[in-house]
Amino acid sequence: MKLRVKFSKHGALKFIGHLDVMRYFQKAIRRAGIDIAYTTGFSPHQIMSFAAPLGVGLESNGEYMDIEVNSLTSSKEFVDALNAQMAEGIQILEVCLLPDNAGNAMASVAAAKYSIAFRDGYKPEFVNNISVNAFFAQPEIMVTKQTKKSEATFDMKPYIYELEYDEASEILSMTVDASSAGNIKPSLVVKALYDFNNYPFDDFALLITREETYTNTGNEENIDLKPLGCIGSDY
Amino acid sequence: MRKLALSDDILLKIEKPARYIGNEINSVVKSKNDISVRFAMCFPDVYEIGMSHLGIQILYDMFNRFEDTWCERVYSPWPDLDKIMHEKNIPLFALESQEPVKDFDFLGITIQYEMCYTNILQILDLSQIPLTASERTWDDPIVIGGGPCSYNPEPIADFFDIFYIGEGETQYRPLLDLYKKCRSQNLSREEFLTEAAKLPGMYVPQFYEVKYNADNTIKSFTPTKDGIPSTILKEIVTDVTNTYYPEKPVVPFIKCTQDRVVLEIQRGCIRGCRFCQAGQLYRPVRERDVDMLKDYAVKMLDNTGYEEISLSSLSSSDYSKLEELVNFLIDKCNEKKVNISLPSLRIDAFSLDVMEKVQDIKKSSLTFAPEAGSQRLRNVINKGLTEEVILKGATLAFEGGWNRVKLYFMLGLPTETEEDIRGIAELSNKIAVAYYETVPKENRKGKVQIVASTSFFIPKPFTPFQWAPQCTKEQFLEKAYMTKKAVMEQLNQKSIKYNWHEADASVMEGILARGDRRLCKPILMAYKKGCIFDAWGEYYKHDVWLETFEECGIDTSFYTTRERSLDEIFPWDFIDCGVSKEFLKKEWQNALNEQVTKNCKQQCNACGAARFNCGICTEPRTNVAVLSQNEVL
Repeated sequence: MKLRVKFSKHGALKFIGHLDVMRYFQKAIRRAGIDIAYTTGFSPHQIMSFAAPLGVGLESNGEYMDIEVNSLTSSKEFVDALNAQMAEGIQILEVCLLPDNAGNAMASVAAAKYSIAFRDGYKPEFVNNISVNAFFAQPEIMVTKQTKKSEATFDMKPYIYELEYDEASEILSMTVDASSAGNIKPSLVVKALYDFNNYPFDDFALLITREETYTNTGNEENIDLKPLGCIGSDY
Repeated sequence: MRKLALSDDILLKIEKPARYIGNEINSVVKSKNDISVRFAMCFPDVYEIGMSHLGIQILYDMFNRFEDTWCERVYSPWPDLDKIMHEKNIPLFALESQEPVKDFDFLGITIQYEMCYTNILQILDLSQIPLTASERTWDDPIVIGGGPCSYNPEPIADFFDIFYIGEGETQYRPLLDLYKKCRSQNLSREEFLTEAAKLPGMYVPQFYEVKYNADNTIKSFTPTKDGIPSTILKEIVTDVTNTYYPEKPVVPFIKCTQDRVVLEIQRGCIRGCRFCQAGQLYRPVRERDVDMLKDYAVKMLDNTGYEEISLSSLSSSDYSKLEELVNFLIDKCNEKKVNISLPSLRIDAFSLDVMEKVQDIKKSSLTFAPEAGSQRLRNVINKGLTEEVILKGATLAFEGGWNRVKLYFMLGLPTETEEDIRGIAELSNKIAVAYYETVPKENRKGKVQIVASTSFFIPKPFTPFQWAPQCTKEQFLEKAYMTKKAVMEQLNQKSIKYNWHEADASVMEGILARGDRRLCKPILMAYKKGCIFDAWGEYYKHDVWLETFEECGIDTSFYTTRERSLDEIFPWDFIDCGVSKEFLKKEWQNALNEQVTKNCKQQCNACGAARFNCGICTEPRTNVAVLSQNEVL
């Protein structure tokens, strides 16, 4: 039986990298006494996979991991048991039971929503409703993406599903492609916005929170983004 | 949310920011209003090394069980952060509260190896605590040192207010009570230290005076105050079962060197290898009760979620209930999907059987530590391991499917000849031959892989070799070259890989290990010239050290290559580790005569540790004849 666990990551825990978060959960699951399934073979491992790695320094309200268990308690008991083992900064938000035919968490990821605040004193003058809308209204947004081997220039526009700036809260929010094929880093979008306004970019200025991770329940033409947990059910 | 001592811009700039944020599972946070003593416990090396140390985990647990005390952890900031903290004048902080160490009552520093001495100064410096004890006031914490290097604390005597000689479980409570009393009565720092110096195991260097002879050896070492002991007897836990041990050790977020539950099954060692300092310092051997260990194993695994458990001791095979404990662990660990790691096991039918059950043979290798290449030299060092036993163990293992062997040796041992060195290569070759004779061609998966490693021998205080001259750097390198050449000449040289250690650092370690108070000055100077993390090859600055000794007018050969006379007063002679100097002298003589001394289970050799009246010293010895038959590692 496969469970999809949603959790948040804040505060000092944003300095813990992805691999260490995995190791952290392996231990937390043991401490919580969750009946997790193991791989067979000489050195058994917990069957666990994460939806989308979160970079060091980023916070999140919408992280997902899938685990396989041998027996079920209830959603509430599961959340309580695991929350009792959390360090300050990570909280289990919900868990659902996945249908047998559900794809794995990582392959299911289509997009992610981020909210971006500016550190005190780091918000450039030009950032406002009008400039952000003007930037997003461009027919194409050409950017250069650094890969391990080379640089590639491409049009980022089709991968940005939503981009808006809220003047009251001074928060820039965006929904962008987060699939393994077309993952867009939120800082890349902001950098393009800065470039568009001829303003020097410093990614330290940004306080980025991943708000949600989505799967596509529509098709390639008609994208219908739903939170990754929506395909499961309470138990 | 807790506020971190370091800002985001710093944490995002440095390597592994998780080293500095605290907040780990099972770390202890107390309310400052509920406590009266704040203790900062420091391991002066990087987080991943310090967090792997069992002693701190034990003391951290003990202190935090005291209702009036909050113990927090401190590790050395890595050079990247060190630089930033100096530039921005950020005081070193403890992980739990993220508050400056300088505001604590105590700063305890465990001193596990000589090459961390400059890191001690880094800790004090970054904490903004005066580097020398004489400059400190009540505004500064009491700086107290412990651990194996405090058995010769003299090279770092100036930097500490107190050294705690021996095992930490026994005297900290009385020391904290004394501290509270002195503070509440508004006594001076000096009055507190004077009273502290009268507690068992406490050495307050500033109350002792050293006089030297014309030849630079020590003439006298005497207390300068009335009522302060001239000899300090080490502290020891007599009952290692009913004592402090952590049920909930702190679990780091990042991967540390020791990333598992550690179960210390016994303290001390019966073997008496003559090069080994731990084997003398921690006498007598004391076993923990097997039921206590089973209980703790389960609790510690449950409380940490670790996927591995390791047994810790100087020689696990000597633990009398090992089989019972290991079988219990195998059952439990299968159930919990936990791995078991069993270091320091002698290779025999039992251990191979156990390893087959708990390890992946394909991935694991066998380890032997003959330490010397010939039987003659093994007799000199009292390493009772024979070639026959090694070959028998290796053959058994090859039959069981292993094909990788690690061998550990030392170069530069007293009386070593070229023949002894050749023995290293020859023994490696014989193991290869044993493989090809044991495993038929069709069952071989490639070559047997033998890795022979040598370290350079460094004479340490409180060992029978404390009188021995250490080799020069040139001698060390020549010996390594000789070994390499001898390995190349072996028939199976393609199956043997030979590694040797750095010689510079071994010379340095030798200077510090048997140094005296006059080394405080060059250590301080070397630190000021930028020496830190000397234990890390990439940061070790040998030239700076040599230059500093020269500037201080110190001839380092006095500490290393000089032959010491039997009546010399050593800098560490004021410490009584339980083993008498007479016994060590006798053992030094036995070494030169190539005479083996029986281990503590076979017979009592009257080393002096029996005065503690515990452990092996209080047990009737088993039949000598039966034991010597099974005698192996």
